[in-house]
Amino acid sequence: MTARRATVAGHTYEFPTLVEVMAKATPARSGDVLAGCAATSEAERVAAQTVLADLPLTTFLDEQVVGYDEDDVTRLVLDTLDAAALEPVRALTVGGFREWLLARAAAGDEPAISGLARGLTPEMAAAVSKLMRNADLVAVGRRARVITGLRSTIGLPGRLASRLQPNHPTDDALGVTASLLDGLLHGSGDAVIGINPATDSPAQTIALLELIDAVISRYEIPTQSCVLAHVTTTLRALEKGAPVDLVFQSVAGTQGGNEGFGVTLDLLSEAHAAALELGRGTVGSNVTYFETGQGSALSAGAHLGVGGRPVDQQTLECRAYGVARHFDPLLVNTVVGFIGPEYLYDAKQVIRAGLEDHFCGKLLGLPMGVDVCYTNHTDVDPDDTDTLTLLLGAAGCSFVIAVPGSDDVMLHYQSLSFQDVLTARQVLGLRPAPEFEAWLQRMDLVDDTGRVRELTADAPQARALLAAAR
Amino acid sequence: MSDAFDVLRSATRARVALGRAGDGLPTDRLLEFRAAHAAARDAVHTPLDVDTLVSSLGETGLDVLTVTSAAPDRATYLQRPDLGRQLAEGTSLPGGSYDLAVVVADGLSPRAVADHAPGTVAAVLERLAGWSVAPLVVATQARVALGDPVGEALGARIVVVVIGERPGLSSADSLGLYLTWGPRPGRADSERNCISNVRPPHGLSYAQAAETLAGLLLASRELGASGVVLKDEGPALER
Repeated sequence: MTARRATVAGHTYEFPTLVEVMAKATPARSGDVLAGCAATSEAERVAAQTVLADLPLTTFLDEQVVGYDEDDVTRLVLDTLDAAALEPVRALTVGGFREWLLARAAAGDEPAISGLARGLTPEMAAAVSKLMRNADLVAVGRRARVITGLRSTIGLPGRLASRLQPNHPTDDALGVTASLLDGLLHGSGDAVIGINPATDSPAQTIALLELIDAVISRYEIPTQSCVLAHVTTTLRALEKGAPVDLVFQSVAGTQGGNEGFGVTLDLLSEAHAAALELGRGTVGSNVTYFETGQGSALSAGAHLGVGGRPVDQQTLECRAYGVARHFDPLLVNTVVGFIGPEYLYDAKQVIRAGLEDHFCGKLLGLPMGVDVCYTNHTDVDPDDTDTLTLLLGAAGCSFVIAVPGSDDVMLHYQSLSFQDVLTARQVLGLRPAPEFEAWLQRMDLVDDTGRVRELTADAPQARALLAAAR
Repeated sequence: MSDAFDVLRSATRARVALGRAGDGLPTDRLLEFRAAHAAARDAVHTPLDVDTLVSSLGETGLDVLTVTSAAPDRATYLQRPDLGRQLAEGTSLPGGSYDLAVVVADGLSPRAVADHAPGTVAAVLERLAGWSVAPLVVATQARVALGDPVGEALGARIVVVVIGERPGLSSADSLGLYLTWGPRPGRADSERNCISNVRPPHGLSYAQAAETLAGLLLASRELGASGVVLKDEGPALER
């Protein structure tokens, strides 16, 4: 393989392998600097993008970023690729692919864009995203249609679902219930009612699953529950007969990254098969839920590709989608501002990453949502999360995550509030998942225009729900 | 405001039943959130007043030295945790032979260190009669693992790093204590023991933290080790 080069501003830059082309073409972010693979100047970044734009898409079939023999994620992707699905764009360069996508998006040709998913490798999606501006990511992202379902339908046009995340620092039943009811009263929870448990044990997982299941059953809510314990914990709960709707796992884009999470592809297959057997769906049979996030492989020291070269975090993130899509998920979300400023430093980087992750996930066929969030040592505030949320709403994001008052009192970070979801829906004309919307109507929690009512505590609708907290 | 939503409010510290202004937040709730976030942001970014801290720590009767990490400023510190674990080039510390070295590090909350480190360190030293303790070291732009090269240079058998923890929305001043036997660069987080959330009156008191730490120190000296082999004390280490 010969080095690839391009000249920008009178200087010629050379990139020894595909790994460097991808890394140095990536818009600036702290994690790539930390990994030692970022472009060292803006000119070098554009030079790498220039090289990337001229690469045939098929380069990614012949040349790997992470080796086939060394990494089971690479093998999974290449061994299950659908060559026919790639056919419409097989002859294009990466730059040509960008233009092809923008043209189809402008024409509203969703089938053309969505039909590519199983033919694309994660690296192809990553590559084209690196050439795109934020508005490109929005314009194409909203035309990459991915519809999934279990007891509610996720990803329909004109919809924005939400995960209601009623976390509590000690998994206290009443505390969880209070946040859960607060979310329902605000019209949240159509994607999933999902708790991060404070204690990862089968007993605690079962207790929380039964708690959510009781509320879902009592009010006949068309949604699903999830306790985001380790997949092995969920398998144990499932064996004990717990009401498991979704099997959850955090996944990464390399075999080593997944080992860091304590999972293998075989284990995920086993969990997927076990959850499918439960048959708890009414409108679909997607029974897995995955979380990802740029920087997870680097934080596990599992970010090296061919020749021991550090791979950029956005390419690795896309490879995590290559894992997730193999298990037909109901939901996938990137946790975009959680990991800290050493991976995404400020609002510009977090907003960019959120749009990239949504676009790449959708292009690869995932029901992509985003946890729009930040920690207090990252240079992000609610003005920035407003910006990203509205952009994601415009981009057709499948779902976002919401907690009471933006404050997750268990994980100690800030995500969106229930009010933020209402605002995004109202501003952009988006509605909840249809089954959940019908439930909100049945419970008289929305008015004739579909707007979630502002209820006083003694309103009959509020009293009906608050009864579950007693 | 008192109404039936108090059922929710009394059940959790989460910000439930905030009310609405249209689809947004009422102004008082908006400002409450901003105040909490501002406190957390300021805790991260307000530099440690090193002179005042050195003077307070001097009241223990021990010499107090100051060092900085290889991260030259806050922005670099936040983006390059690797630099926060190394001493600035050219740092020299007086070598000796001690049972214990104590490093007071700004970490992600200099405010926590300013508020709680002097009281915590004094409470710890009170409980260590007969221990030889190296000069105290105040470290800025520092991560937990900066204690490894400091402890090694001082010739200490154990290093304790007293450090400001990442501020939460309702806990901007939380202090953490990390114990490492045989400090030297390259020690893994699994070789440390941690006491978290020292933050009176809401978290652990200085006496409670010092009592627990003194117990761990005695056990570590006896065992000649620290970390998971010593005792599973507190949460997993963050960094």
